[in-house]
Amino acid sequence: MLTRTEQAKLALAEAGPTQPMTMIQALRSALDVTMARDDNVVVFGEDVGYFGGVFRVTEGLQQKYGKSRCFDAPINEGGIVGAAIGMGAYGLRPIVEIQFADYFYPAADQIISEAARLRFRSAGDFTAPITIRMPCGGGIYGGQTHSQSPEAIFTHVCGLRTVMPSNPIDAKGLLISAIECDDPVIFLEPKRLYNGPFDGHHDRPVVPWSKHELCNVPEGHYTTPLESAAVFRSGAALTVLTYGTMVWVSACAAAETGIDAEIIDLRSLWPLDIQTIEASVKKTGRCVVVHEATRTCGFGAELASMVQERCFYHLEAPIERVTGWDTPYPHAQEWAYFPGPERVGAAFKRAVEA
Amino acid sequence: MDQQQPPATPLQLHVPEPTGRPGVATDFSFLHVSPAGEVRRPPVDTPHSETQDLAYALIRVLDEQGRAVGPWVPDLDAVQLRRGLRAMMKTRIFDARMLIAQRQKKLSFYMQCLGEEAIAVAHSLALKAGDMCFPTYRQQGLLLARDDVSMVEMMCQLMSNERDPLKGRQLPVMYSYKRAGFFTISGNLATQFIQSVGWAMASAIKGDTKIASGWIGDGSTAESDFHTALTFAHVYRAPVILNVVNNQWAISTFQAIAGGESTTFAAKGVGCGIASLRVDGNDFLAVYAASVWAAERARRNLGPTLIEWVTYRAGPHSTSDDPSKYRPADDWQRFPLGDPIERLKVHLIGLGEWSPAQHEQARKELEAEVAAAQKEAESHGSLLDGHIPSAASMFEDVYRDMPWHLREQRQQLGV
Ligand SMILES: Cc1ncc(C[n+]2csc(CCOP(=O)(O)OP(=O)(O)O)c2C)c(N)n1
Repeated sequence: MLTRTEQAKLALAEAGPTQPMTMIQALRSALDVTMARDDNVVVFGEDVGYFGGVFRVTEGLQQKYGKSRCFDAPINEGGIVGAAIGMGAYGLRPIVEIQFADYFYPAADQIISEAARLRFRSAGDFTAPITIRMPCGGGIYGGQTHSQSPEAIFTHVCGLRTVMPSNPIDAKGLLISAIECDDPVIFLEPKRLYNGPFDGHHDRPVVPWSKHELCNVPEGHYTTPLESAAVFRSGAALTVLTYGTMVWVSACAAAETGIDAEIIDLRSLWPLDIQTIEASVKKTGRCVVVHEATRTCGFGAELASMVQERCFYHLEAPIERVTGWDTPYPHAQEWAYFPGPERVGAAFKRAVEA
Repeated sequence: MDQQQPPATPLQLHVPEPTGRPGVATDFSFLHVSPAGEVRRPPVDTPHSETQDLAYALIRVLDEQGRAVGPWVPDLDAVQLRRGLRAMMKTRIFDARMLIAQRQKKLSFYMQCLGEEAIAVAHSLALKAGDMCFPTYRQQGLLLARDDVSMVEMMCQLMSNERDPLKGRQLPVMYSYKRAGFFTISGNLATQFIQSVGWAMASAIKGDTKIASGWIGDGSTAESDFHTALTFAHVYRAPVILNVVNNQWAISTFQAIAGGESTTFAAKGVGCGIASLRVDGNDFLAVYAASVWAAERARRNLGPTLIEWVTYRAGPHSTSDDPSKYRPADDWQRFPLGDPIERLKVHLIGLGEWSPAQHEQARKELEAEVAAAQKEAESHGSLLDGHIPSAASMFEDVYRDMPWHLREQRQQLGV
């Protein structure tokens, strides 16, 4: 099992010189690298063309690759995904953007009934090698429709791959893997991490990515394999299963409580890296699942039941889940809703004291 | 308050109804049938806004006597016409056989295209190798018009047997034939309409010369993907033909409930900036001519065309449906546009290129051909006798490579 630093070094060695990049720049670099390598890669979505995207992820791509490779789409998520499926059937490799994960719902039929099932229902006659990027997650005063974490809706759908990075190096490597993957990939980007890591201390100034080693992104082509988790922090006291922004919150909770938590950044939510999870829980005997998404039938429920099935005789404490509450994402009550380091730390304590 | 105003009248919700119901004959005057040969044929580079009248008229070639008249008479020789007639007959005989096979429980489900054969068959003649159709479950004529898709293989799909190319995963009739330009059919209505536009956009992105042909029923035009497809096709000037098969019915629902009352489905195309035609779907020559027009338009990068094919769903919606519960039993006999096979037959006989005896002979040959295919397909088993694809194959093709959890589940099933 490689640590973060080791992985970063490996990627660096493979892909030449590095540049300090934010998550946004890293994602843009992934698009740039794949568009340059493969003519069949096309990028489209609302405001992604001339303007370069509301989060600037696609900035400059239209200028560099032309309007037939990177273009604006009508405000119609079903159309964006449906057209991408048709392009995939033709032989292109489309990357589409849903402006906010909160707005994928109009495309649900195309994603669930079509993209996910094309290969199965046609016995491999047709496939959907598409990547659907969506900024997700809260912590930005986004209110109900700019903060959601809908990953459980996707992980429940057979035929989809769901991926979420937590830092610039992974963001680029995972996005290139997603684009090159022949299965449809839902690529969730925690927008709270776009400009810097966020540990849940909203009252402190944001530290930019340039202050963190995971910002040193190789300029060239490299991949971070799908279905591979990363041990973000190794520890002996308990295992934390998490992803996205909550990786950073969990690390902060470990530091503040002094509990020697092993924090696993799942990176690929489904299909996932079960071996890393199993090995860790069997080692620590304790497990806390942390995600921003609402609790009931959230992805944490699947994680908890898998750990229960596979590590039952190694467990020394009940599996804890720290998640968003079962309410729509509120505006004013942002920090009472968002599972910050205090709530996560309290769960760590309960788990080690049980 | 203004004392002069009359008292407010209570509002009334309008719920459209068909004129005909069981025991009550349909008044088909709502169809607005233009006489054959009457509707103009504009050049293919006509701007969409100048097709407005064509979206409300009805393009027809064959008159009541079966003569081909007017500006839309296509360039088809007797050999091609006979081939088209034969493909329509083959489609109808195939359907009839499979209907019986369903009744005999050799397949679980079937959907005929009775009365709509001309549309898919004649349209397919306007397409070229490499073009891609995005059909619904009622365009089997696209496959049966071809020589290179075996009926045996289609029947194996219907029977979900050991030779089913889709490995028993799909309901009968949900074929997939990439090599024949026939996109995998989905149970979810309308989804393929926007996908056809995406495929056409891809062809344009690559500077290719291929075009797409999308298909939808009248009922399904109410789905959002219909409107989505029109918007994208217009915005990107996609090389696509958008076919709306208006067979008047969506299961039990008359087309007026889908939004067809006092308007046409073709008119919706014009409103979205797409050149649109409304065509007699039971007129083989008109279908071919309009399809060629639209295909040429697409190939010359002049953009999409929407075609409303006016026809009638002569049979039940599916083998699970009983139309006598919601419409007159003799409705098809009274439908003003008649039977597409009969009309082309009369035309060919009028040309001296066909005869009742030849027709009877062709029918017999095709029946024997279909029966032989069925016999061969049945020799590979059926759902009924349990000769189905292996349970292990159920875990394949969910992803390109089987992930650990599916390998594990396959082991749990013990296969
Ligand atoms: C999204 C969706 N809703 C409902 C259905 C059930 N359904 C199957 S066929 C059908 C009627 C479709 O009618 P139309 O589009 O007119 O086509 P036709 O069957 O007449 O060829 C319905 C409602 C479905 N398959 N998919």
